[in-house]
Amino acid sequence: FNLLLPIITLLRRGDLSCSSVVLNPMLKKRDDFEDMLEERRNSSDLRYALRCYTPVLYKGLAPCKASMLKSMVLQSDQLHHVIGQVSRETGRAADDVQEEASAILEEMAHCLQLSTVRFFAFTLSKVFKTLFRSICVNEEGIQRLQQAIQEHPVVLLPSHRSYMDFLLMSYILYTYDIALPVIAAGMDFMGMKFVGEMLRMSGAFFIRRSFGGDKLYWSVFSEYVKTMLKNGFAPVEFFLEGTRSRTSKSLTPKLGLLNIVMDPYLKGEVYDINVVPVSISYERILEEALYAREMLGVPKPKESTSGLFKARKVLSEDYGSIHVYFGQPVSVRSLAQGRVNRCQFNLVPRHIPRRPSEEIQSFVNDSAYRLVRAQEENMVLKPWVLLASLLLQNHHQDQTAGQKRGMVLEELTAQAVWLRDMFREYGAFLHWPGMNTVLSGQVKPGEPHSTVTPEEELLSQAVIVLSCASYRNQGLHVFLRPALLASAINAASSNLKQEVFNSFSFLRNMFSNEFILCPGATVQDFEEACYLLVKTGALQVTQQELLVTERGQRTVAFLTSMLDPFLQGYQVRETLYKMFSPCLVRLCFPGRLRYTEVLSSDLQKNSLAALLRLGAVQKIKA
Amino acid sequence: ECVEWEVTDGGGSEIMKWNGWGYSDSKFLFNKKGQAEFTGKRYRLSGMIIPGLKDWMEGTFGANLQHKTPATPLLTSSAVQPATLNKAFLEELKSTGIPFSHDAEDRVFRAHGHCLHEIFALREGKFGRVPDMVVWPNCHNDVVKIVELACKHNVCVIPYGGGTSVSSALECPPEETRSIVSLDTSQMNRILWIDEKNLTAHVEAGIVGQDLERLLNESGYCTGHEPDSMEFSSLGGWVATRASGMKKNIYGNIEDLVIHIRMVTPRGVIEKSCQGPRMSTGPDIHHFIMGSEGTLGVVTEVTMKIRPMPEYQKYGSVVFPNFEQGVACLREVAKQRCAPASIRLMDNEQFKFGHALKPQVSSIFTSFLDGLKTFYITKFKGFDPNRLCVATLLFEGDREKVLQHEKQVYDIAAKFGGLAAGEDNGQRGYMLTFVIAYLRDLGMDYYVIGESFETSVPWDRVLDICRNVKARIIQECKDKGVQFPPLSTCRVTQTYDTGACVYFYFAFNYRGLSDPVHVYEQVEHAAREEILANGGSLSHHHGVGKLRKEWMRDTVSNVGVGMLKSVKDYVDPDNIFGNRNLL
Repeated sequence: FNLLLPIITLLRRGDLSCSSVVLNPMLKKRDDFEDMLEERRNSSDLRYALRCYTPVLYKGLAPCKASMLKSMVLQSDQLHHVIGQVSRETGRAADDVQEEASAILEEMAHCLQLSTVRFFAFTLSKVFKTLFRSICVNEEGIQRLQQAIQEHPVVLLPSHRSYMDFLLMSYILYTYDIALPVIAAGMDFMGMKFVGEMLRMSGAFFIRRSFGGDKLYWSVFSEYVKTMLKNGFAPVEFFLEGTRSRTSKSLTPKLGLLNIVMDPYLKGEVYDINVVPVSISYERILEEALYAREMLGVPKPKESTSGLFKARKVLSEDYGSIHVYFGQPVSVRSLAQGRVNRCQFNLVPRHIPRRPSEEIQSFVNDSAYRLVRAQEENMVLKPWVLLASLLLQNHHQDQTAGQKRGMVLEELTAQAVWLRDMFREYGAFLHWPGMNTVLSGQVKPGEPHSTVTPEEELLSQAVIVLSCASYRNQGLHVFLRPALLASAINAASSNLKQEVFNSFSFLRNMFSNEFILCPGATVQDFEEACYLLVKTGALQVTQQELLVTERGQRTVAFLTSMLDPFLQGYQVRETLYKMFSPCLVRLCFPGRLRYTEVLSSDLQKNSLAALLRLGAVQKIKA
Repeated sequence: ECVEWEVTDGGGSEIMKWNGWGYSDSKFLFNKKGQAEFTGKRYRLSGMIIPGLKDWMEGTFGANLQHKTPATPLLTSSAVQPATLNKAFLEELKSTGIPFSHDAEDRVFRAHGHCLHEIFALREGKFGRVPDMVVWPNCHNDVVKIVELACKHNVCVIPYGGGTSVSSALECPPEETRSIVSLDTSQMNRILWIDEKNLTAHVEAGIVGQDLERLLNESGYCTGHEPDSMEFSSLGGWVATRASGMKKNIYGNIEDLVIHIRMVTPRGVIEKSCQGPRMSTGPDIHHFIMGSEGTLGVVTEVTMKIRPMPEYQKYGSVVFPNFEQGVACLREVAKQRCAPASIRLMDNEQFKFGHALKPQVSSIFTSFLDGLKTFYITKFKGFDPNRLCVATLLFEGDREKVLQHEKQVYDIAAKFGGLAAGEDNGQRGYMLTFVIAYLRDLGMDYYVIGESFETSVPWDRVLDICRNVKARIIQECKDKGVQFPPLSTCRVTQTYDTGACVYFYFAFNYRGLSDPVHVYEQVEHAAREEILANGGSLSHHHGVGKLRKEWMRDTVSNVGVGMLKSVKDYVDPDNIFGNRNLL
């Protein structure tokens, strides 16, 4: 947000030149990390699991029993109203509907138990120590969270890359003696015998993936979340992105739950709500190969306990380190300041559910984007992210040339150092361990071992490329806006500012399903991109023109090729939008497709959505 | 050459303070021993030592008796802008024989109400635009003459009653270039007749609340209209601001009490032709007058309902474990429509404040009893002293009914965990109403500034608005650089069928601030925004004045403002009543 502010101010002044922006993302202050596994390796896990746990609570409130919470929900005005409404509409007896509401709540509600939490504390300690080298947490962030919890109800918004995320979150909060969150989880987990119940007892509550028109379900669900939030019994945790991102790019935020948690503030039922974005960065994601296969059309295995048991083989591998960054708490009140007129709730009783007004919808949407960007901003990037970017670019060049050379390690190192400096200049949050030993040799994406059919070979190749791409994607957000500008400069017919802006605006609009680009913020994004490129000396901005400088050529080339695979994905003209169809494979074969990434169902899905949105294609019901 | 008329009873500076609240002889001060004391003889608290006040002030505000901010003691006439006199108007006025003055002191005295910024400026000896002269009409016909002359000579008239406004309503618009005449109604203070058959009294509008009650009491009647300012505020002022009285549950608010109004406007006199208790004759013209805040004319005479004086009065109080329970109880009382003459719920901070104002007890026995009560409530009943709150009650009527009523209310209170806490606490609660304004002057001697403001709000919003507005005040103070935690407290002060009136008190220690009044105004502004955002009204009874008029359009809609404007344009096309309140 800090980054955006001066730009917004500029915009208000109607000043489109970036020369006067005085801000340096390099100076972004970030906290230091502590490895929380270190202590676990040196002291008893059992004693840790059984230790005295006394978290500070919201205004000294005593935590509330799950049963008490349920009765508060069932007695709420809102639910009463909706039950009456449903009963009138369907002709069912009110008691009957009430019963149903009760059953929905039963299916949904968490029943947090300290004993289960302690069990998890013990087993997860064991598991984490085997899997990970370290789990690094910014302790200052934890302190801020602790403060925030005492002041106002808190919503935790972690990024979502792995199933691990929410166990990890609860584990961390338990370790630091912070109130355990209640977590919105998908119903899929409930299918897992035993595990589902275990998760429920550790604070998860379960929601159906879709309940579109079910008024009663919505009412129970929203009242349940709001009751927990308003009374500050526990921080509410959910994933803004709705599901795990298979590509390591942040997903377009889902607004349902965010709408619900903001509602008590907007209706004046609480003074404020603190929203805390949490960025969880994995050096290696547990599900990496799984994701790649999934995106290539191999269906996602159903969540099951036996599946989990089979997956235990991951325990023997090294997953590097995890960085968890608790961001600055964001006050919903300050987000809404000057944006939402809360008087709109004055004339209708607040417990009667209403569709949010357009004003509120756009406010929640913008807030969601800001929060996802806040998550992105504090994602820790490991060297491998840079290497993956470089290797992939190289691989694509090789492929175009029909070669399979790979890269000389020295060259890779040299390029990585160049890229590291560039990342830093663009304000990325890099974790760069002191690397003194430069190895020599060749590096190229791995070759599949034994190949049976060309399709299989391609599939195995694609898995590797997509896995690499997902690591590259971790760093995309750092360059996204400058990369859009670089591509726009390439695509524009002249250097005229207006031309470039139009082309930027087109690209940005097209990619708004693909990347986190807040609707309506085109000018701010353009300003931000210009500012960053000018600041790093890659661009000169005159009254009318944008000129790439001599030393900026390399940067611009790099940035452009970052976006290239996506551009090509959107350029595929044939109707290919079927999961991994044989025709697609054939297309790839003769080298007609430069980027294997185009095979990703994620990219296909996003591009189709974008084309639909832009009216380039039309859905015809068969 | 002007002839000066001797005015004897026109709010002389000898009786009343010129730069603070109330009577000159009554004020809080710290005596040589450092104990707080209330001077004078007029109030129950007068002449008493208040041992807890010093600690409370130090503890609550971080105030220090060493750090004083005394007021400018004397009014220096030279600091007052010279009067802009309209010669022609003056000449004709003289011929009518109506008393007037353009003495600086008289003019300054009528140039302000009691908003914080107004009093703060007076204490610093700063005067902005003040009226150019003061006139004292003696009766309705005098007012007719004055208004006619004002229209003829294009002079601006600002009616002045008791001067207790807290909405900047009495402030002269600084951009006004015409001569401004303050029309002081204080000489029109007679009860013209009492009609015992219909139980009405016809009264001149300049009469002050306490005089009206006293005079009616002599005949065995009362109006029962007791706004907190009733010692000084006038009947005309009540009508012009839509006042509300403490005992409205029995007697009603001003709009329920008024039967007939006479008002002099530039277009002539407006009044109804009969005294029917209710009429279906189009929109009630009284409702153009009530709340017009001196923008349309001068209210000169009012016929009001009167009631026989109550046979029996009894105070009471209830302690609740927390504010939430207290509000729930008040809501239930309102639902059952069994509210006593007055019922007020103070939050914990205000309860502590009330406690700090307990006068020194005379006997060891009383102090022992107090200790026992405290022990019973906090230790035996387990009330948290930092959460409990108190409701004060006043019952009126014939003895038997009062006792019955009392039982009913206490029974309801018990359902919400309320414990009866005695008559004394109740009575002291109401006494505080009258002395609290004096206390602000004491605060201002020691770097503490504060104010109260009010709103009305539906029942389901009461708790939310109390919490949010108090929190907003605290946050705004912090954001605006106030060095000490502010006092931010509220009470639910009136109940209605569908909602309640909520009163906020807010004060802070301004040491270290370069422009405390500006900070104060920013915080109050933010608090009002918070009130509106939480479904509260712009005002329950203080009125809009100039202080709150920026929100009028949002409050009554564009068409609403247009309606009011068109009335103003018809009644007063030349803006003779040019105080610029409301619109």
